Amino acid sequence: MSTTGKFVQMFVALGLFAIVFIGILLIAARFSGRRGERVQAVSFVGPALLFLAVGLMYPAILTIIASFQNSAGDASVGLQNYIDIFTKPELLLVLRNTAVWVVLVPFLATAIGLAYAILIDRARVEAFAKALIFLPMAISMVAASIIWKFMYEYRPTARPQIGVFNAILKELGLDTYQFLLNDPANTLFLIAIMVWIQAGFAMTVLSAAIKSIPDDIIEAAKLDGVDGLKMFRWVTLPSIRPAVIVVLTTIGIGTLKVFDIVRTMTGGQFNTSVIANEFYNQSFRYDQSGLGAAFAVILFVLVIPIVAYNVVQLRKDL
Amino acid sequence: MSTSTPQAVATPDDVVEQPRRQRRPRKSAAGNAARAVTSPWASLVAVIIAALWTVPTLGLLITSFRRQIDIQRSGWWTVFTDPGELTLANYKEALTGGSTGLGQFFVNTVVITIPAVLLPLLLASLAAYAFAWMDFPGRNTLFVAVFALQIVPLQVALIPLLDIYVNTLHLANTYWSVWLSHTIFALPLAIFLIHNFMKEIPKELLEAARVDGAGHVRVFFQLLLPLLTPALAAFGIFQFLWVWNDLLVSLVFLGGTPDVAPLTVRVAELSGTRGNAWFLLSAGAFISMVVPVAVFLALQRYFVRGLLAGGLKG
Repeated sequence: MSTTGKFVQMFVALGLFAIVFIGILLIAARFSGRRGERVQAVSFVGPALLFLAVGLMYPAILTIIASFQNSAGDASVGLQNYIDIFTKPELLLVLRNTAVWVVLVPFLATAIGLAYAILIDRARVEAFAKALIFLPMAISMVAASIIWKFMYEYRPTARPQIGVFNAILKELGLDTYQFLLNDPANTLFLIAIMVWIQAGFAMTVLSAAIKSIPDDIIEAAKLDGVDGLKMFRWVTLPSIRPAVIVVLTTIGIGTLKVFDIVRTMTGGQFNTSVIANEFYNQSFRYDQSGLGAAFAVILFVLVIPIVAYNVVQLRKDL
Repeated sequence: MSTSTPQAVATPDDVVEQPRRQRRPRKSAAGNAARAVTSPWASLVAVIIAALWTVPTLGLLITSFRRQIDIQRSGWWTVFTDPGELTLANYKEALTGGSTGLGQFFVNTVVITIPAVLLPLLLASLAAYAFAWMDFPGRNTLFVAVFALQIVPLQVALIPLLDIYVNTLHLANTYWSVWLSHTIFALPLAIFLIHNFMKEIPKELLEAARVDGAGHVRVFFQLLLPLLTPALAAFGIFQFLWVWNDLLVSLVFLGGTPDVAPLTVRVAELSGTRGNAWFLLSAGAFISMVVPVAVFLALQRYFVRGLLAGGLKG
C-alpha cells in the first residue's frame, strides 16, 4: 500500500465513523416525547456499550473459559493450566520475577521521585529539572529499552567498550559483565529501566501534593519545634499519604503488566520472563493458548487486590 | 501504561491543580526537609539523579549522529574529547534503507494513531453525556459496570478479540483491527474521566438550553463540546501517547504485516534481529521518539495533566 493509499484509507475510515455515529444521533433526535428520550439515550450510550460488550467483556469471558481448556481449546482440563503455573519450576520463576518487579519498581520509583521532588522544590531551575525526569514517560518503553540496552552493552574486557556501565567497570580495573545474561541479577537491570520510566510520574504527583500542604500546618509544627527530617516524617509524609498511595498502587498495576521492556531486552530469555511476557510467549510462540489464557487471568486477578488496597487506604484517609 | 486505578484518576483535580491556585514563594514542608540535609549534599544527590535520568538518552542521541565505524570503535563519550565526524547517514539509512525503511512504519504509526485517538474521544463523550445528563433505566448500574471495566487488563481480551477479527469480521492485519481495539480499550477510562468533567458543568446551563428547545444533539455539540475542550485535550494527549507508544496491541493484531505495523513493532524487532547494529537502533529509537517528545515540549501542561489523569494504562 502506498503512503497516499494509507492516508486515504484513514480519512475514509474517519468519515465513515463520523457519518455512522452522527447519523445515528440525528435519526434518534427525530423521535420526541418520553419514548424519544429513551431512543436518544440509546443512541448516545449504545455504541460505546456495544464496543465494550463485544470487544472487552465477551472476550474476557472467553479467555477465562480458555484458561480451563487444553491448547487446542476443545477439551476441558480443569485446573491443570493453573496447577502447571504454580508447580513447574520454569513457570514458577515467572511468578517469582513478577513479584520482584511489583515489589521493587513502585517503591524505588516512588522513593526516588519523592526525594527528587523534595530536593528540587523551589530551586531556581525547578521546571527544567522536573522535565528531565519526566521525559522518559513520554517515550515508548521500546525506545527506553533500546536506550538502556546500549548502556548495558557488553564487550569482552580487552576490547574497547561502548556501553557506559562496562566502560566504568573496565576503568575500575574490573572485568566487563553480561548485564542481561547473568541471572538472577539481570532481572534487576531490567527493573532499573521501569524505575527510570516511572520516577517522573511519582515525582510529578508527589511534588504537587507537597506544594499543596497548607502553610499553617508547617508553621504550627515549627512553633512546636519540629524541623528537618522530623518535619518530613511527621508532617510532610502524613500530609501526602493519599498521593503516595495513589502513586504506589498506580505504578504497581503498571508494573504488573510490564511487557515491552522484557520483550525488547531479552524476550523473556535468561530467566527474565514475567507474567505479561509469558502470556504473550505461551499464546503466540508456543501455541499453548490454555496456558496463555491462564496467565492473562492471573494478571487480572492480581490487579484486584492492588485496586482494593488503594480503595481501602483512601477510605481510611477520608 | 489499561487500565489505571480509578483513584489515580482523581489526581488531576486534587493534586495538580492546587499548586497553581496556591503557590506561595517561601517555606514549604519539602523545603524544610531539604534544608535538613545540608545543602551541598542535597544538591549533589539531585544532580546525580538528574544525570542518571539524562545520560542514557544523551548517549544514544550522540551515538545516532556518529559514523557506524566510530560507534563500534569507541564509546559515545569520546566525542567530547575527539569529536570525529558527525553525520546524518544513520537516520537516512534507518528511514529509507532497503532492509529497514522505518519511513513507511512511521506513516503506519501516524495512520494508526489519529483515528485511535479521535474515535474513543467521540464515543466516550457521547456515552459520558448520556450518563451525566440523560435519564434512562439502568443508568447507574451501567455506569458502575463501565467504571469497573477499568481494572480489566487488555491481555484478557486480546486472543478472543484476534479470533473475532480473523474469523468473523475479516479484519486481520488491517488498520481497522487496531483502530477498533484501541478504541475499546480506551473507553472505560475515557467515559469515566469525561463524565466527571461533564458533571461539573452547572445543571442550570443545560436546563436553560433545553428549555429554549435545543435537543440533546445540539446541546452536546454546541454547548458541551466547546466547554469540555480542556478535558478532551488532556485525555486526547494521553491516548495519543498511549497509542503512539503501544507495542502489545499492534504486535498482536498487526505483528506479522510490515505494510501496516507501527514503528514500535519494527524497532522492537530490529532490537532482536540486529541487536548490534547500533547505528540503526539509535537512529530508529529517536525516529520513534521525536513526535511524543515534541508533543511533550509543546504541550507540557496538558501533557502532564493527561498522563496523570490516565495514570498507567495497560
